[in-house]
Amino acid sequence: MLKIKNLHASVEDKSILKGINLEIKPGEVHAIMGPNGSGKSTLASVIAGKEDYEVTDGEVSFEGEVINDMAAEERAHKGIFLSFQYPVEIPGVSVTNFMKTAINETRKAKGLEDMPAKDMLKLIREKAELLEIDRKFLSRSLNEGFSGGEKKRNEIFQMAMLEPKLAILDETDSGLDIDALRIVANGVNKLKSKNNAVLVITHYQRLLDYIVPDFVHVLYKGRIVKSGTKELAHELEEKGYDWIKEEVNA
Amino acid sequence: MDLKEKLISSFWAFENHQDEDAYLHKIRTEAIKTFEDNGFPSKKEEAWKYTSLNSVLKNDFSVFPKQENAIEYNDVKKYFIHDIDTYKIVFIDGKYSSHLSQTTHDGMDICLMSSALSKPKYRILIENYFNKIAKNDSLTSLNTAFSSEGAYIHIPKNKMVAKPIQIIHFSTGNESAIMLQPRNLIVVDENSHLQIIERHQSLTDNPVLTNSVTELFVNKRAIVDYYKVQNDDSNASLIDNSYINQKQESICSVHTFSFGGKLTRNNLNFYQHGERINSILKGITIIGDKQHVDHNTLVHHTEPNCESHQDYKGVFGENSTGVFNGKIIVNKEAQKTNAFQSNKNILISDKATINTKPQLEIFADDVKCSHGCTIGQLDESALFYLRSRGIPEKEAKALLMYAFSNNVLSSVRIPEIKQRINKIIANKLGVDIGFDL
Repeated sequence: MLKIKNLHASVEDKSILKGINLEIKPGEVHAIMGPNGSGKSTLASVIAGKEDYEVTDGEVSFEGEVINDMAAEERAHKGIFLSFQYPVEIPGVSVTNFMKTAINETRKAKGLEDMPAKDMLKLIREKAELLEIDRKFLSRSLNEGFSGGEKKRNEIFQMAMLEPKLAILDETDSGLDIDALRIVANGVNKLKSKNNAVLVITHYQRLLDYIVPDFVHVLYKGRIVKSGTKELAHELEEKGYDWIKEEVNA
Repeated sequence: MDLKEKLISSFWAFENHQDEDAYLHKIRTEAIKTFEDNGFPSKKEEAWKYTSLNSVLKNDFSVFPKQENAIEYNDVKKYFIHDIDTYKIVFIDGKYSSHLSQTTHDGMDICLMSSALSKPKYRILIENYFNKIAKNDSLTSLNTAFSSEGAYIHIPKNKMVAKPIQIIHFSTGNESAIMLQPRNLIVVDENSHLQIIERHQSLTDNPVLTNSVTELFVNKRAIVDYYKVQNDDSNASLIDNSYINQKQESICSVHTFSFGGKLTRNNLNFYQHGERINSILKGITIIGDKQHVDHNTLVHHTEPNCESHQDYKGVFGENSTGVFNGKIIVNKEAQKTNAFQSNKNILISDKATINTKPQLEIFADDVKCSHGCTIGQLDESALFYLRSRGIPEKEAKALLMYAFSNNVLSSVRIPEIKQRINKIIANKLGVDIGFDL
């Protein structure tokens, strides 16, 4: 589904990703872990199409199509979703109106008619329930004044609405208390199927107790320096990242 | 002959056609004298530093339309708020159109300035209110000199006027260039409630210059909501001179929606006379091309315990220019005044310009006054956030621009106006998305 080959990316001439190789198949859950500043969020943003990052070498392909030069919205239309580490506050746009616009623009891109208002409301209600989101919350301005937990829950709510093929969860666990973490993880797990895939980016292992990865990769200095199964995550939790750094720097 | 000379010589031709009326004759002749002495304002004047009328004044405007023109309602229906029942005072090339209007004399007067100026039964009101608060600056004086037609509205006390009043001026383009000078007088007595929608609409791209003057008296505990929809053709220019006199415990709001036109200047003046008055001035400006919109506001607080709230948002694209000059005066006696002013702008092109200038003159020592202006760009991270959810760049930008300005709409009390403004904004931004759900 997602194939990354020798990906190099930089921002303002500063090289951050230095040759990433990664393949994610339908039905799989991958986790990318790594110390701060290793390039985890950059990788997430590059896959989602953030224009601040320049791909200097290599390629990202999605379902067989190279997407290096594709606009963020087109990637979204193809089924790539990024749950933001820091969701942006947008005063003046309600959660509902935002979702309605996102869904109808995606449908438009696929040559479909707007979703009838009744179906839209039904879908919103259904997915809000899944994430235990109060209905009053949906008429509030997007992320404005939301707590950390509310913002993350809202991200997964959007994911539930858009039903992506590939969901990238960038530090979705940060700022979540244990209850919110469980709700968010539960939401992600319910959306999982053999046809879609999840890429979890995290610093800590705790989210991976709930969203269990098939593969764990360690990102350090812009490269994947180690790959393994979920046991690797436990090892990192116990021993920290220093042993990885030593191995790489040796 | 330049426009000034043409206006002055036309004035005498016009004045000789008016009925013998010493009272009005004196007002008019004094006014033309003021205009003759001062001429059109130039950029040398502080209040016109950022707005030049030169490109507009070079047109050879006809000052009086040569013929009466008719329009079919269906051809112009879209310019009306037509999904609700309203009173309508409609003018075509400056002449009253009874065909398109719906006026009344049933317990209140919603009719014409020409009747009010000529009929004896209105004389007391005219003598009490006409030209009493309009400034004697050159443009207002020019309008006063030519004042003959416009809306005349008198709402006696304790009346809730259930239907809004639409005042609409059409220009047909039958003249190659036309100058219009509507004059409105609106008196709302104690405890009454009135809603007004005003629009100027050119139906072709022949140049139009409208120099409009409105005097609005909001008496004790009256409530008036005034909506100005400025979405005219790209060759139409508007100078709107509005003077509002408020008495104690009255509330008056003016919403100005500026999306169209070549040059638009809003001189909006609020004078408070009484305690516990609330004045609300709000505006959304979204322009592009070479359009120019200038908001020049004044709120004069003269007595204690009053409020004023100003909130203007602007989005400027392409080569457009914007001006905001907001003046608040708080007299020494006006203790416990709460005066707020905010002007926020987004420039979406490198060539767009905004000049914003708050001007506070506070002579009282126990007041709350705040002002703030910002100039910025669209938030790139917000844009990426929207795009990553499948909203294309153009639509995402439009949504952000709309979100930036839409709090101004929260105080609009007629839902149909809100819908109309949303539609105009979507149209202006070239997107087909519904902003409200």
